[in-house]
Amino acid sequence: MKAKIHVTLKRGILDPQGKAIEHALESLGFKNAANVRVGKYMELDLMEQDKAKAEAQVKSMCEKLLANTIIEEYRYELSA
Amino acid sequence: MNIGVVVFPGSNCDHDCQHVFRDVLAQDVTMIWHKETSVSGLDAIILPGGFSYGDYLRTGAIARFSPIMQAVKRFASEGGLVLGICNGFQILLEAGLLPGAMLRNRSLHFICRETYVKVENAATPFTHLCNPGQVLKIPVAHADGNYYTDPVTLAGLQANAQVVFRYCAADGSMTPESCPNGSLDNIAGIRNAEGNVLGLMPHPERCAEMVIGNEDGRAIFLSMIASWERNKSVGVR
Repeated sequence: MKAKIHVTLKRGILDPQGKAIEHALESLGFKNAANVRVGKYMELDLMEQDKAKAEAQVKSMCEKLLANTIIEEYRYELSA
Repeated sequence: MNIGVVVFPGSNCDHDCQHVFRDVLAQDVTMIWHKETSVSGLDAIILPGGFSYGDYLRTGAIARFSPIMQAVKRFASEGGLVLGICNGFQILLEAGLLPGAMLRNRSLHFICRETYVKVENAATPFTHLCNPGQVLKIPVAHADGNYYTDPVTLAGLQANAQVVFRYCAADGSMTPESCPNGSLDNIAGIRNAEGNVLGLMPHPERCAEMVIGNEDGRAIFLSMIASWERNKSVGVR
C-alpha cells in the first residue's frame, strides 16, 4: 500500500513560515488569501496488503516519529 | 569528575564542550559516539549543540532514537546530571526528558548573537553558584529556539520553578524585545521536575574563558562540578 502523510502545525500555534508566505501572497495582489499553513508531505510504500494493519502502522509512525503531537497534527491517506 | 559528551552525526559543539571541561576546568572528558549503549563510569552527560542528523524532519527528532539515548534516559532516571545545550536541548524535548517542543524562530532567521539570560532558579545543580536573578551574557545560535508548550504544562513549569533561564535585557528587565526567538514566557532554559536534567538554548561553552572575552557560561559548568563533588562526599550521585 502507498501512504501519503501530511504533517502541519496545530491550529492555534503560530506558523511563522505560513505568515511570511501570507504576506508575500498579499504583496503579489492575492489579498483574499488567509490562514496560510505550511507543512510537510511524506509518502511511503508499505509492504502490507491489509488496510487496517497498514493504517495502524502509519498511525504509529506518525505518533512515534513523523509528527511531534505537542505542536503538530497529521493526516494520511492509504491507497493500493 | 568524568564528563561524557555525546557525539551525534552532525554535532558541532562537542569539541567546545570537551575543551571547556578538559582544558579550562581540568576535568576528565569522555567522548561517546551515539552508537554506544552505555554511559557507565560517567558522572554527567552533555548533549552538545549542532545539527544532529542534519535537523531532518525536526530538530532532535531522529537523534532521540540513537542507541545511546536509552542509556542517557536510564542515567537521568537514576538522578545523573544531564545538560542539553541548543540541539541537545531540542533532543531532550523530543526524547521526552523535558516537556514542550521547539518552533521555528518567530523571525524565521537563524539567530547568532549575544543574549542576556536571567537566572530564575539558582537552586539547581547547574546554577547554584549564581545569584538568584543574576544576568548572564551567553550567545545563542539557532533557527528553532521558539519554545512552546501547552498552557497547563507551562503553569506547571512556572509553579515548580522549572524555568531556570529567561531571556532578558542587559539590565535584567524582561520585555518581548529581549526575547530573540519568540519563546513562550521568554524561556531560554528549563529543568525537569526532579532537577537533574537541564536544557538551554544559549551556549555557555562559547563563553567560559576570558581569553575569548566572556566567561559568564563558566558558572553553569562550575555549578555542575561543585554539585557532583558535594554529592560524592555524601555518597549519592
